[in-house]
Amino acid sequence: MTVTAPPRRTPLYQIQKESGARFVDFHGWELPVQFSSILKEHQAVRTAAGLFDVSHMGQVWVTGKDALALVQKTNANDAARLKPGQAMYSHMLNEKGGIVDDVIVTCFGPERWFIVVNAATREKDAAWLAKHAAGLSVEVKDVSDLMGMVALQGPNAKEIIGSVCPEAVALAKFAGLEARLWGEDCVLTRTGYTGEDGFEVIAPNAVITRVWQTLVARGTSSFGLLPCGLGSRDTLRLEAGLLLYGNDIDDEHTTLEAGYGWVAKLAKPAFIGKAVLEGQKKAGVPRRLTGLKLSERGVPRPGCRVFAAGKEAGTLCSATYSPTLEAGIGVYYAASPAPQPGFALEVEIHGKRVPAVTVPLPFYKRS
Amino acid sequence: MPDPKDCRFAKTHEWVFLKDGVAVVGVSDHAQHEISDVVFVDVPKAGRKAAQGEAVAVVESVKAAFDIYAPVAGEVSEANPALAADPAIVNQSPMDKGWFFKLKDVDAAQVAGLMSFAEYEEFLKTAH
Repeated sequence: MTVTAPPRRTPLYQIQKESGARFVDFHGWELPVQFSSILKEHQAVRTAAGLFDVSHMGQVWVTGKDALALVQKTNANDAARLKPGQAMYSHMLNEKGGIVDDVIVTCFGPERWFIVVNAATREKDAAWLAKHAAGLSVEVKDVSDLMGMVALQGPNAKEIIGSVCPEAVALAKFAGLEARLWGEDCVLTRTGYTGEDGFEVIAPNAVITRVWQTLVARGTSSFGLLPCGLGSRDTLRLEAGLLLYGNDIDDEHTTLEAGYGWVAKLAKPAFIGKAVLEGQKKAGVPRRLTGLKLSERGVPRPGCRVFAAGKEAGTLCSATYSPTLEAGIGVYYAASPAPQPGFALEVEIHGKRVPAVTVPLPFYKRS
Repeated sequence: MPDPKDCRFAKTHEWVFLKDGVAVVGVSDHAQHEISDVVFVDVPKAGRKAAQGEAVAVVESVKAAFDIYAPVAGEVSEANPALAADPAIVNQSPMDKGWFFKLKDVDAAQVAGLMSFAEYEEFLKTAH
C-alpha cells in the first residue's frame, strides 16, 4: 500500500456530499463524479441546464505594462485581437510546439489579463509564465487557492445566471466581466466545456457556496437544472470535440496535431513554438487526432488499442459511451496520412476486436 | 419476479434463483445502484461452461466496466436477449427484467451455500 497525500477538496465539498454526490479522485482532488446519473446530467445540459463545480481549475492574473507582451509570447492565439471584456481559447506552447496547457485568456484592460488554467498543470503554467516574464515589467499572480469556480451550462443557462449577476445575461459568447457578488470581486465569462451555451463564475472561496446555492435554487425550480459531476462533463466535452489536457494533448503533441490549427495564429510576429508549427504546416503533421465511432455495441475506454487492416494503428486518448449518439466514441492519434471519415478500424475492448469507423470531429455540434 | 427472499446471493453481488434445476442469475439492487447507468452488457453465449466464481459477463456503465461472476458452476443455457437493445433494464428491474443468464447442470448444494437475502443485507452493512 502506498501512502498518498490527503485529497484536496473544493469549498463546495460539504454541500455536494450532503446532496448525495459520489466522489472520485481527479489529479489529487476529491470531486463529484455524479449526483443523480451521468446520463440524466448529460441530458440536462444538452436540453436544459447543468451546474458543475470546477473549483479545482486554476486562475492566474497577468498584470503590468508588459502584460500583453507576456500573454502574446506564451500563447499561440492572438491576444492583440481582444478588446477589454473579450476572451479567447488558446494553447500555451513550449519551444517544440508541444502544448504546455490549453487555457482561456480574458482581457480586462491593456495591462490586466486573466488566464484560466487546468488543475493538473497549474504549478507548471505559473512557473512557465514567471520564467518568460523575466526582464518584462509584469506581475504573474496565481490566485487559484483563493478562488472557487462553477460552470453553468446548457440552453437555459442564460435564464439562470441573472440570479447571481444580472449584467452577465448580456455577455456575448467568449466575453467576460468583473463584478462584485456578495461584496467580493468575481469574474464571469460566457464560456464552457460542454458544447452548449453557458457561463463560468470565478468567485472567492467565501462566496462560491452562495453562487452555487443561488444558481441551484433558481435553476432547479424553473429551468430543469441538475447539479452535474465529472462523469457528464467528460461525455459532454468529448462529444463536442473539446480536448482534455493529459489525455488528448500534452507537452509532446502540437496544436496542429490535435486538429486545432485555428488556435495558432501564425500571422502573429512571434510566439514560443511558432517555428515548429510553421514547419509542420509546410511539411504536414506526422500524426493527427482522429475521431472514431464503434459500429457495434460496446464501450471503448482510454488506452484501448486501435487496429487498421489488422495492424496496430494507435491507442485511444479519450473514449466513452456517447449518450447523444448512443454509441461508443473515441479519439486517437492516427499516423499521417490520417484516414478520411468512413475508414474501417477495430478497437480492442476486453480482448475482443470491435468494428469501428472514423468520423469527423466534433461528434456533436448544436444545430 | 422472484422474491429476493427466495434468492441466494454471492459476495460479488449476483443473485441466483433456482427453479426446476435451472439457476437464473442477475445482479442485486445494491450492485445496479453502485454500477449506475448501465449502457452495455456483454453476456455469455449458450453452451458456455462456467466454474463457480468465473467472470462470464461484463457490465459497462458510462464511467467503468464491471465483471459479473458465475455465482455457481454450470452451463449457460440462455442469456437475456432484451439486454442488447435496452441495457438500462438492469437499473430499472435488476431482480426481474434485467436478469443476465440462466445456468443448467447446477449443484443445488452450491446454491444453498450462498448467502440468504437476510445474510446478504447484513453483508452489505459490513462490506463494500
